[in-house]
Amino acid sequence: MATHEATGESVADSVGWRTKFRYVLNGDFVRSLPFWGIPFVIMGIAVYGGIGYNIAISLTDTAGIGPVDWSSLDLEMYSQALAEPAVHRAAMNTFVLLVAFTAICLVLGLFLAVLLDRQFRFKQQTQMIYLLPMSLSFVVTAKLWVWMYDAEVGVINVVLGLFGISPINFLGNPSFSLAAIIFALIWQFSGYTMIVYLAGLQSIPESQFEAAQIDGASTIRIYLRVIIPQLKAASVSAAVVLMVFALKTFTFLYALTGGYTPPKGTDILATLMMREAFNNVQWAYGAAIATMLLIMALGVISPYLYYQHRQGSL
Amino acid sequence: MARESLADIDVAGIVRGMNARRLGIYIVVTLFIAFFLAPLEAGILTAIKTDASIANTMPFLPPGADGVTAENIGTAFSQLQGGIINSLVMAVPATLITIVFASMAAYGLTMIDWRGQVGILILFLIGVFVPYQAVIIPIDKFWYQVFPLAQMLEPVARLKLVEPGHLQLVPLTITHIAYGIPIVTVLFRGYYQSMPTSYIEAAKIDGKSLTSIYKDIVLPLSKPMFGVVFIYQFTQIYNEFLFSLTIIKYANATAATMTLVLSGIGASISGVDYGLRMAAAFLAALPTLVLYIAFSEQFAKGLQTGGA
Repeated sequence: MATHEATGESVADSVGWRTKFRYVLNGDFVRSLPFWGIPFVIMGIAVYGGIGYNIAISLTDTAGIGPVDWSSLDLEMYSQALAEPAVHRAAMNTFVLLVAFTAICLVLGLFLAVLLDRQFRFKQQTQMIYLLPMSLSFVVTAKLWVWMYDAEVGVINVVLGLFGISPINFLGNPSFSLAAIIFALIWQFSGYTMIVYLAGLQSIPESQFEAAQIDGASTIRIYLRVIIPQLKAASVSAAVVLMVFALKTFTFLYALTGGYTPPKGTDILATLMMREAFNNVQWAYGAAIATMLLIMALGVISPYLYYQHRQGSL
Repeated sequence: MARESLADIDVAGIVRGMNARRLGIYIVVTLFIAFFLAPLEAGILTAIKTDASIANTMPFLPPGADGVTAENIGTAFSQLQGGIINSLVMAVPATLITIVFASMAAYGLTMIDWRGQVGILILFLIGVFVPYQAVIIPIDKFWYQVFPLAQMLEPVARLKLVEPGHLQLVPLTITHIAYGIPIVTVLFRGYYQSMPTSYIEAAKIDGKSLTSIYKDIVLPLSKPMFGVVFIYQFTQIYNEFLFSLTIIKYANATAATMTLVLSGIGASISGVDYGLRMAAAFLAALPTLVLYIAFSEQFAKGLQTGGA
C-alpha cells in the first residue's frame, strides 16, 4: 500500500527497525487513524463498554438504591428470568409484534411503492404525506393514537360504527390491545418501507418493464415475476430495520399510558426490562433481560451483515 | 372519509385521465392519504375545540363557530416551551458534533484503503442496530455513579451562566453524540462510496496529504450529504425519548426535554384532557414537522440509506 515511501528519504536506509517503523507510520492504517480513531473510541466506549457493563451488572444481584454490588457473580438472574411467566408472556408478545409488524409493513410498503411508481399529478406530495408519520416522535404518535382509539368518540370507533360495529375499548381490552398497537406502528412505519422499495424500483431499468409488456404480460404479472424478485436486497434491509425496531420499541408503549406499565396485554420484553430496572429498581434482573434482547437483536443482525459481506456490499 | 376536500381535488384531475384503471388508482391513493392524515387531522381539530365541542362533535369534523378556542394551545405552549427549548439546545449541538466526528470516521473508513477495515466497520454497524435497552442501565449508572458530570459541572453554574438544573443536558448531549456516531458514519460512508474516486486518486498522485484531500475535495463535494444527515439526525435526537427519560428522569425537571414533558401532559386523576393533549402533541411536533415539509426529500434520502 505505502507507495508514498518512494518519496521519503528513509528508502535510502537499509531495512532496519527504523525503516520498518516508518513504514508502519506512513502506512494507510496509521495515517487514517486520526480520522476514525476518536469517533471509534467514543462509539466503542458507549456501545461495547455499555454492553460489557450491562452484562457485568446482569451477573450480580444488584437491586435498590446504591452502587453496583459485585460480591456474588452468577447466572441466577437469567435462570430466574427464564422461569418467570411474565417474561414468557412478554417474549410471546414481542414475537407476535415482531412478525406481524414486520410482515405487514413490508407488504403494505411494497403495495404503496408500486402504487406510486408511476407518473401522476401530486405524486411528490402524496409520497410526502405517506412518509409524514415517520417524522413524528413516538411520544406524539402515541398521543394521537390514544385519541384515535378512544372507546367512545375515537375516530376508529366512529368509523366502525358506520358498519354497525359497537364501540370497542381497543387499548383497554387485552384481546385487542396488541393488535391496535401493531396497527398504529404500521401506520407510522409503512411509509418507511415504501421509500425503501421506491428506491429499489427506481434502480430497475424501465426497459425490463417494456420488454415484458411487449411479450404480452399483464402489469400484475410483470410486477410479480420480473420486478419484485429484484427487490430482495431492499426487502432484507427494510426487514432488519423493522425487526430490530420491534425488539426495542418502548417509547410508543410508554407514552400510551405515560408510565412504565403499558396497556394490558401489550407488555413486551423491552417494556418489561425498563420497568424492572427503572421502576422496580431490580437492576441486575433488568440487565439480564436486556442482554436477552441484545442476543435476539444480534440474531437478526448477524445473518444480515454476513449476507451483506458476501454480496460485497459492506 | 375525513378528507373530502382532498378527494375533490383528485376527482377534478381524473376527469381528464378518464379511464377506469386510472380512476381506481386515484381512489386507492386518496384513501391512503386519508389513512395517513386522519390521526393528524383529528388531532389538530381536537386541539382547537372547546371541551364541550370535543364532547359533542365527531373528532374528525371541525367545531362550530362557538366551539373554537385557543386556550388549549396557549396552555400547552406555556407547559411545553421550556421543554422545546431544552430539546433544541441539546439537539442542535449534538447533531453538529456527531456529524463532524462521523464524516471524519466515514472518510477514514472509505477513502483510505487498509486491511482490517471491514472489522472496524462491522463494529460500527452493530452499533447502529444495538437496542438501547442493552446499554440503558449502564448509561444510568455511568452518569449518576461512575461519572456524575452534571454534578461535577455545578461550580460552573455558580458563575451564573446557566442554571444548575440545565446541566443535565450536558450528559444527555454527550450520550446522543456517542450513540449517534455509528448511524451517521454509515450514512456518510454510503455517500463517500458513491463519490467518483478519480479526483481523490489524482490528488493522491499529486502527493496531497490525506487531510488536505479531506478538506479540499471530500468536504466540498459532500455538502448535500451534510444537509441530508443533519435533517435525519436532528429529527432523531429531537424526537428521542429513552435517553431523556434515563438521564433527566422527570417531566417537571428543569432540563426536561420536549418528549419528556409531552409524555406527561394532559393526563390527570380526573381523566384525560384530549384538547390539551392534542395541542401539546402538535406544538411539540412542530419543529420537526416544519423541517420535514421543507426538506422531505432529504429526510427520505436519510431514511433510505440509514434505516428508521
